[in-house]
Amino acid sequence: MSTVPIDKSTSALAGILARNQDQLLSEWLKEMTGSTRRSDLMNEADLRSQCTQFLRLMNKALETAGANFQSSSWDGVREMLGDVSRTRAQQGFTPSETAMFVFSAKRAIFVQIRQACKDADSLAAETWAATELLDSMGLYTTEVYQKSREEVIRRQQEELLELSTPVVKLWDGILALPIIGTLDSARTQIVMESLLQAIVQTNSRVAIIDITGVPTVDTVVAQHLLKTVTAARLMGADCIISGVRPQIAQTIVHLGINLLDITTKATLSAAFKIALERTGFNLHQDLRKP
Amino acid sequence: MEKIPILRMGDFLLVTIQVDMHDRLAMALQDDLTRMISDTEARGVLIDISSLEIVDSFIGRMLGNIAAMSRVLDANTVVVGMQPAVAITLVELGLSLPGVRTALNVDAGMELLRNSVNASRETYGSTRN
Repeated sequence: MSTVPIDKSTSALAGILARNQDQLLSEWLKEMTGSTRRSDLMNEADLRSQCTQFLRLMNKALETAGANFQSSSWDGVREMLGDVSRTRAQQGFTPSETAMFVFSAKRAIFVQIRQACKDADSLAAETWAATELLDSMGLYTTEVYQKSREEVIRRQQEELLELSTPVVKLWDGILALPIIGTLDSARTQIVMESLLQAIVQTNSRVAIIDITGVPTVDTVVAQHLLKTVTAARLMGADCIISGVRPQIAQTIVHLGINLLDITTKATLSAAFKIALERTGFNLHQDLRKP
Repeated sequence: MEKIPILRMGDFLLVTIQVDMHDRLAMALQDDLTRMISDTEARGVLIDISSLEIVDSFIGRMLGNIAAMSRVLDANTVVVGMQPAVAITLVELGLSLPGVRTALNVDAGMELLRNSVNASRETYGSTRN
């Protein structure tokens, strides 16, 4: 990206940063107050200290490595920008507001460059170099912002996976596994493992897989279900699939999926009744006490 | 050479696999078990694999074969105590062992054998005991 070599074209920027840092800072803060400052999310003092630190680090990096943002001398700046983006992502800033932290410095810097440069050629060169540098920094903040959001999404997905596969014991020797959401390969693996583990632990003869919460059953989902049922059967436990909705029954038949070897029931209660019978329990209602 | 012991328990034979199965051991078990069934006229075979933690496609197929052979020799076969990891492996290998009956533990397996033997006695009026 930024391939500007160490040459005199950035010397003006370095000079400005070294000499006029205070003026630059006040200009920059004024610019931010006008356009992008979110006083509801961040107070004045924090912002000021962030800006001061940023200018200081940038000055140091420019002095040692010039405007090459990829070089290791810019690590300090990158780290600081990364921190800023991550905290802002958590605080609820939008991506553009986060990137504007860097871009809002442009006007202040350009004003300073114009004052420092005498002729048009050097002004253009300096402006170009500064723009390129600031752009790459702005892009970097957006990238980090995006990454930190993706991190949050990934963590939530994992949590969802853990949450959504509870195995509950309904009776002595009867387990139920209510599945909520779509079954994919990764989830089936977890569902299968937790169900089989629970069968061993509770010594259960019957397991009910309730698919009321599964939105659609396609061939892949059906195959995953069949796998789970077969694995449970290999261990010596019967599986009943319950919660088959009318639409799902239609889909299963239209797709030509063979569920003939498996006991299926429309409701969990019907499955539970069968399970009680299979384990040798008998339900009976006392009519004298309704 | 190590050997898997086959114990006789009344009408039934009890096989407990407590070592890691390798191919030759499985073949030897197949030979021993079929001979034992025909020698003792056993009515049921119970194979306990609760200590078996690793299976491959060969051992999986072997279990299915042994069960099928026992059935040919008129002995019901129950495989008991399969570990979850083993069950998942067999399913992923595409070996669902369709002809094999299974039970959670030795207790449940024995009950299953007794019931099926009693049922076949009632049906066919066998006089053997």
